[in-house]
Amino acid sequence: MRRRHSRHILLFHLFLFCLFLVTSSAIHAQSETPADTAAVDTAKVQIEPPTSVVVTDHKYDDADALELTWVPSVNDRVPGGKVVGYTVFRSINEREFEPLQELLPGSNFYLDESLYRDTLYSYYVMAYSRNDSARSVATEPVSPQREWLHVDRAWLFVIALLISISVFYFISAAKKGEDLFIRKIAGLEAVDEAIGRATEMGRPILYIPGILDMDDVQTLAAITILGHVSRTVADYDIHVRMPVSRSLVMTAARETIKASYQTAGRPDAYNDDMVQYVTDEQFGYVAAVDGIMVREKPATVFLLGAFFAESLILAETGNSINAIQIAGTARPAQLPFFIAACDFTLIGEELFAASAYLSGEPKQLGSLKGQDVGKFVAMVVIIIGVVAVTLGQAFDVAFMQEIFDALTYVFSTQ
Amino acid sequence: MEHIAVWVAAFLTLGIVSFLYKDNPWYKLSESIFVGISAGYWFVVLFWDNVHGKFWTGVFPPEEYDAAGNVITKDPDWMLWIGALLGILMLARLVPKFGWISRWPLAFIVGSTAGLYLINYFSSNMMRQVQGTIMPLFGMWQTDPATGEVMFQAFSTYDVVGNLVILIGTFTGLVYFFFSKEHRGVFGATAKVGIFFLMITFGASFGYTVMSRMSLLIGRVDFLFGTWLGLIK
Repeated sequence: MRRRHSRHILLFHLFLFCLFLVTSSAIHAQSETPADTAAVDTAKVQIEPPTSVVVTDHKYDDADALELTWVPSVNDRVPGGKVVGYTVFRSINEREFEPLQELLPGSNFYLDESLYRDTLYSYYVMAYSRNDSARSVATEPVSPQREWLHVDRAWLFVIALLISISVFYFISAAKKGEDLFIRKIAGLEAVDEAIGRATEMGRPILYIPGILDMDDVQTLAAITILGHVSRTVADYDIHVRMPVSRSLVMTAARETIKASYQTAGRPDAYNDDMVQYVTDEQFGYVAAVDGIMVREKPATVFLLGAFFAESLILAETGNSINAIQIAGTARPAQLPFFIAACDFTLIGEELFAASAYLSGEPKQLGSLKGQDVGKFVAMVVIIIGVVAVTLGQAFDVAFMQEIFDALTYVFSTQ
Repeated sequence: MEHIAVWVAAFLTLGIVSFLYKDNPWYKLSESIFVGISAGYWFVVLFWDNVHGKFWTGVFPPEEYDAAGNVITKDPDWMLWIGALLGILMLARLVPKFGWISRWPLAFIVGSTAGLYLINYFSSNMMRQVQGTIMPLFGMWQTDPATGEVMFQAFSTYDVVGNLVILIGTFTGLVYFFFSKEHRGVFGATAKVGIFFLMITFGASFGYTVMSRMSLLIGRVDFLFGTWLGLIK
């Protein structure tokens, strides 16, 4: 009887235990489920979005850029932050936003370039962690603006204006008959001599104006010198050959030579075939010019203008046929080849001075003298500036340092 | 087909190289093919880049679609008609009676080019050059990163020599290119120093450029002995 009673008690205790387990697990399940979810959410790492997103116009451009700035997410400003990057989204003309650029953590600036005027752009920035993201408020739509004046370049304008005034002054002086001195330039002294040699030998003159188009100042200088050369050629009745690699250069050269022949009173001797278009291809042009050189054996070769890798090929071929060669370019990398292989070389600025020197026209002479004023100013400023900063630094003289700071400010260009 | 192209390229390469011996029919053939094909190629490139790519698509912009499939309408760029008009005026040369009209687009190109480049050259060739040349020659006050103390630190001999070379080279170079005074006396001697600097620069540039030209030669030799003959693996 006692044994049966104890068995009932045992079963009852087992029942109570099971009930306890079920109840407690149920209670546990009810009470613990939200806590577990919260724990999972914590592992997901919630992050704060970037704030204060501002879009402003990029200054002094052609209305093709906007600047975007923002304050990085709070989670990006603490050590070991959880932000792994930002994505800039853009909307054009209030259409749907599209991802534009991904940026590294810590970024707070983006320059959006290649935009169009009269188009509305809106942005927002999204910060993201490994498993979460948060986006900022979108900016109001704005359009890039363009400015008429680049105020930061005011000193550039002032100095350019002063030099321009000096150019006008010297042009005016030359027109009044004042004698403007220009020193002799060795290569140019040889031009008439070289043309005379071609006359004596009864061979043509080959004129190569470089391989760039009329939008290059060296080509312009070459065409200007061509005016003088072709006038002398017309006087001496020599044949001139001018293969070119640009159609516009062909047109300009034909106009120039035609005008020279008319000035010389021999318009009938002019022929369009004197100037011949070959090809725009650099080495195709070189192959053709080399062929012309060895077949026609010109007595004089002019290589004036912008040259690249073909400079030595042309100069060496000209040298091999014993032609007098007068070269000139403003490209420093090609000048060594011309100096090595040609008889006379116009170095850099001399090419531009040549046209003024040869023509003797008031406008060109005045321009050259005005540029000399600019060089003189540069020399004086360099000496004053170097002395001021060297003494200012060595002896800690504030006055000298101020002069240096002022010169650096004036000659700085953005 | 590729095999034939390699043989044609090798044939023409050797044809151009044969000029080193003397002018010959093989060179003439290669030269004519080179000039003819490249002239035609550039005509096509310039037509599709400029007449079609810039003018036609600018004046008659094609429909474009954004990611959502919406049509993006672009306004025609009427300014392009000015360029087209100037281009058409160039063709006036084909009619001798109206050939003079072609001088107008030429004048426009020359004038606008001069204006555009004036500021660029003035800024880079003068302003920045002057600014870059003005510098302390022997030393300057600097903050010592270790102690945070501001103290005068003399430049190394190497830096002093470098600074003097920049200063003297720039100054004497400017003197050489000064055209308003005859190169005589002290002025002439200074100009002579300037031309020395220029020649040393050209010498260094010559060697550097020759080495870069060698890479062009190596490229052709690699083509002949590698791609063509298969002797270089």
